[in-house]
Amino acid sequence: MHKATRILTVDDSPSMRALLMQALTAHGFDVEQAEDGVEALEWLATNEVDLVITDINMPRMDGFGLIENLRGSARHTDRPILVLTTESSDEKKKRARDAGATGWIVKPFDAEKLATAVRRVTH
Amino acid sequence: MDANEIQNIFFVECEESLEAAEAGLDVCKAGTQDAETINAIFRAVHSIKGGAGAFGYAALQTFTHSFETLLADVREDKVPIEADLVNQLLIALDCLRDHVDAARSATVPPDDSAILQYLKDAHEAVSAAPKKAQADTKASGDDDIDALLDDLLGEPEKTKSADSHDEPAGAAPEWFLHLRPHAGAMSNGAEPLLLLREVSDLGGSCHDCDLKQVPVLDEFDPDLGHLGWTFRMDGKVKHDDVKDVFDFAQEDYTLIFGSSEDDIKTKLDDPQTASSDDEAASEAKQTDGDKQPDTKAPNAPAAAATTAPAPTVATQSIRIDLGKLDKLIDGVGELVIAQAMLTQRLADQDIAHIEELSLLDTLVRDVQEHAMAFRAQPIGSVFSRVPRLLRELSSSTGKHVKLKVQGESTELDKTVIERLGEPLTHLIRNAVDHGIEDAEERRAQGKDPEGTLTLSAEQKAGRVVINISDDGRGINAEKVRKKAIANGLITEDAQLSEEEINNLVFAPGFSTAEQVSSVSGRGVGMDVVRQNVKELGGRITIESTPGSGTSFILALPLTLAISDGMIVQSGDQSLVIPLAHVVESLRPLPADLKGMGYDRQMLNVRGHFLPVLPLDQLTGASTRMADPCEGVVVIVETERCGQAALLVDTITDQRQFVIKSLDTHYHAVDGVAGATILGNGRVSLIVDVDHLVQSAGHTGDWQVAA
Repeated sequence: MHKATRILTVDDSPSMRALLMQALTAHGFDVEQAEDGVEALEWLATNEVDLVITDINMPRMDGFGLIENLRGSARHTDRPILVLTTESSDEKKKRARDAGATGWIVKPFDAEKLATAVRRVTH
Repeated sequence: MDANEIQNIFFVECEESLEAAEAGLDVCKAGTQDAETINAIFRAVHSIKGGAGAFGYAALQTFTHSFETLLADVREDKVPIEADLVNQLLIALDCLRDHVDAARSATVPPDDSAILQYLKDAHEAVSAAPKKAQADTKASGDDDIDALLDDLLGEPEKTKSADSHDEPAGAAPEWFLHLRPHAGAMSNGAEPLLLLREVSDLGGSCHDCDLKQVPVLDEFDPDLGHLGWTFRMDGKVKHDDVKDVFDFAQEDYTLIFGSSEDDIKTKLDDPQTASSDDEAASEAKQTDGDKQPDTKAPNAPAAAATTAPAPTVATQSIRIDLGKLDKLIDGVGELVIAQAMLTQRLADQDIAHIEELSLLDTLVRDVQEHAMAFRAQPIGSVFSRVPRLLRELSSSTGKHVKLKVQGESTELDKTVIERLGEPLTHLIRNAVDHGIEDAEERRAQGKDPEGTLTLSAEQKAGRVVINISDDGRGINAEKVRKKAIANGLITEDAQLSEEEINNLVFAPGFSTAEQVSSVSGRGVGMDVVRQNVKELGGRITIESTPGSGTSFILALPLTLAISDGMIVQSGDQSLVIPLAHVVESLRPLPADLKGMGYDRQMLNVRGHFLPVLPLDQLTGASTRMADPCEGVVVIVETERCGQAALLVDTITDQRQFVIKSLDTHYHAVDGVAGATILGNGRVSLIVDVDHLVQSAGHTGDWQVAA
């Protein structure tokens, strides 16, 4: 039996956190949540996850800052990271990739697409 | 957690975002325009947009998108922050608030065409120029290279694109896919194996693996791609489905679509494979772009602006369901009562002065104070809506009014805060409409043509005192008097003090506006305001100086769960009369009591005759007080029926009490507002003074109420 995929979601919006929690747990994922980049880093310092899903616009430390920080440490070089973005433009995707994201999820997302994206990058 | 609850969270969040944005814009208006302020405004609008999309509020999403686009320009310093821009942004924010309200109440979204046009125009004004220039340079550069390549290759682009987009038709013949990961395919935590598996799951079977590029061991770099795969794909699988799999990684893979193995081989052997693939990729991008047009200008500088961590320290907080909190507060109420009962019991045993009891007393008080603080919210959340109100009033009345706010951090119970908005709005509308003169009149009187409205809040003696002052013309006592006479509220020869005249404005149906305006003066209002304040257990008073302004002073309780009450003895019952109603208490003299009709008495209190209502009749006491002069009368003020005198045996105490609703424990009883538990452990009923006096007046036989 596989251990459930453990996901950390990082979003400052309580409703978005609730939506992510609902969609991901419905697909059998194990979900942890943080409210911004700083909290995510603090949590990741003592915990392991299979995947990080992060929003971009957040107070204290935004999504790009978080990815940069994670990619800078050997522990997280190969960590799959998905970015939540409201824009589906190529330019936005390129920016997310350049920042070190593994992939992206365009908001508003449906639970199926979210789960597909998660499975596509989780190893 | 179901979708509804999440939606509720979203709306709470919208409120917070709207307030944050408004606060930010106010700071901008005041002249501070640092990056963090702008960023906070952007984030607020952005977060509403995200939720609007998730919950399918299309109008809200469209509006926030335009709003956010312009804010992004501001954030990237493309649009200078000028007074006019800030004003327009405030208008946009007001409109956004209406959008949110419409989404919440599922009503028609507001008409946002004018402000939406402004947002779009302002954005296009700055983005058009650089975008166009860029497009020009890009076009010329790319065109040249493309043209050169085309010349060199001598291969018409169209046939190629038709080729790669060849959709299987009819019987859907199988096709072939060749894919080769590049060096970047393993970076950023990506795993090519997962994608290969997904292709296989789609309906592909691995036909061939190209090992030709695998280097000798010495030169082997595990991070690079050395293998190429050719998949035989089921005809039902669309090219786009495969492209979708590589959505995250299209730049890191060579993807070649072919109708047969040979077709793939030809394309592979073609030295320009890479370029043809690039074109396929760029076509894919093109179609993506068409589906979701990107109206945003390139915004690279935003990264620098957003990555800087904010210097502010965020307060730690958690969200708790209000119901849970109320249960805790209820429990604390019980604790207070239990502690009082214990004290009483110990006092009966003459051991009330033990150390442990005073320690318990201190602890209980602390716990109670902290529990009450849970429900407390700063009044600033109500005050923060006032600027918008003043902007609206300014456009409808033409009067410009400055706002001064003091004590916005003063805390009040959440319920009081929520119910304060309406009376406050009414008072402010009145102040601007009736109180503050128009600019010309003010100039003529040597006043600043711009009026000033001052809102202040402070805690005083267990109550919160809110003061709403304008520097307008004040209440014209003579006018009020005449109006009251005309309306039949007072007689022509009535001798009234200034205070009494001022209080006439609270009388039902009173309005001094010479012409009823759209803003206020519909004749309903001030009496409703007073009613609202009373329902909150508060009082409202007026202080007015002709020519220099009017102040409305609201005194509100800190919390609704605990009130001050007078404990009276009536027959064999202890009853509680809420102190908010009590005017005075006195022992009646036989000369002041006049009989009226059967079994009714009036009491002369300094020239006013008030009906005497013996409380023992209400409780159905077995023994009746023989002579009212042996008892005490408590003069109470009611909302609709003026004053009345409640006759009781004695007044035993005055203390705070925790209100227990009768509805939840028993059922509603007319004339009884609730129950509380006294220190001796006995349940005592709280008298509903308004209902009691009213039913006595209406029926003539107020025993009906009992």
